[in-house]
Amino acid sequence: MEITMTVNGTQYTRDVEPRMLLIHFIRDELELTGSHWGCDTSNCGACVVWLDGTPVKSCTALAAMAGGREVRTVEGLQRGGELDPVQQGFIACHGLQCGFCTSGMMMTARWLLDHTPDPSDAEIREAISGQICRCTGYENIVRSVRWAAEHDGRQAGSGPEAAA
Amino acid sequence: MQVPSHVEYERATSVEHALDLLARFGPESRVLAGGHSLIPMMKLRLAQPETLVDINAIPGLSRITVEGDELRIGALVRHAQLLASAVAGEHFPVLHDAERVIADPIVRNWGTIGGSLCQADPSEDLSAAFGALRAMAVIQGQDGVRTVPVRAFHLGPYETVVTSGELLTELRVPIRPGGGSAYEKVARRVGDWSVAAAGAVVWLDATTGTPTVAGAGVGLAAVGAGHFVAPEAEDFLRGRPADDATFARAGQIAAEHCSPAADQRGPVDYKRHLTGELTARALRRAAARAHGWPASSGAPRWK
Repeated sequence: MEITMTVNGTQYTRDVEPRMLLIHFIRDELELTGSHWGCDTSNCGACVVWLDGTPVKSCTALAAMAGGREVRTVEGLQRGGELDPVQQGFIACHGLQCGFCTSGMMMTARWLLDHTPDPSDAEIREAISGQICRCTGYENIVRSVRWAAEHDGRQAGSGPEAAA
Repeated sequence: MQVPSHVEYERATSVEHALDLLARFGPESRVLAGGHSLIPMMKLRLAQPETLVDINAIPGLSRITVEGDELRIGALVRHAQLLASAVAGEHFPVLHDAERVIADPIVRNWGTIGGSLCQADPSEDLSAAFGALRAMAVIQGQDGVRTVPVRAFHLGPYETVVTSGELLTELRVPIRPGGGSAYEKVARRVGDWSVAAAGAVVWLDATTGTPTVAGAGVGLAAVGAGHFVAPEAEDFLRGRPADDATFARAGQIAAEHCSPAADQRGPVDYKRHLTGELTARALRRAAARAHGWPASSGAPRWK
């Protein structure tokens, strides 16, 4: 079937099987390999992308379900060559070691900060509670998100143009 | 790599369109809402529908409203939406308690209320919550609309009264003043199914010196309770003093009458113990809310 969706602001049309999962569409058809295909059972959250502005586990959605909708992946975080404060926070606070969970963590973090600009550590931990990191023990991820909250120079829900 | 087997995909644009599609493609077609139960089942080939009828684009099924003396929750309402709904939380805190511990925040963004009910997993939390609340399920078919009590909705594990050509469109919860409600769950970790869980709703009669229980609903998840409820405990509660001793005994009765199965989440005696304790806790917290007393959030939260 023919599917058209907007990914990071660009419209793509591909002819795929209806059974194709959204994560495979993003990685294999669009070659946007920043989103990772992890546990395949909606447990680990490595595949989290935004679907119509909301984080979802893309291993548990069909590409067909995203037809006509807007997807945002980790490749869509930076704007104009400038990294999003969330990405800068993960660099500044060593929020990753192997990096496998990182894109999903950052997509959830960006959404959290858009809706809760000054989250407590408890709110950060709850937001990422459906995602698994086997390297950091989460401490540095929480610090990274805190760093991003402190350096987020923009209004919730708006574009990242004013990012620090 | 887990991928579903070959399947056809149709997108419904209205309830009538969905019903037409379900009729056209017959019993081997399945309704696709959030997909967070169905797609994993398809990956494991436990479900192999020939056609998926995607209802996500149907307008009007995602509303939470109060109409008359009912809270109405559209079948396509996402878990996160119910958790964020002030009107749902105001009338029925049990729904917010339960939603806080269903799956994880990301799964809750896309998984739906109707999908959870129709999946009919024996450990599904909302079935217990809606059972305790004596909610009604609105089911639409080509011959019209029928309304079924949630207490008669489940025929068994993974089986409901919704037939292949029908669509669950709404849950309706009767609003009756003077009540309180709560949900208590023990799970191994965030995102896991319950080891055991209990939902309670309590109405108090405070006209006498010691408040008594004017009415109660008790729902149980994951412990093999028929229709996810504990009618023997409810019968015991009616007319008794609304105190800890009554609630503890009601918990024991609920534990005696359920039928948990031993599995990787624990042995039978542990699950029965949890059933009794969680039922008592949910009743206590529901009664505190009915009194208007501050009730602790109860559900596990990050400190």
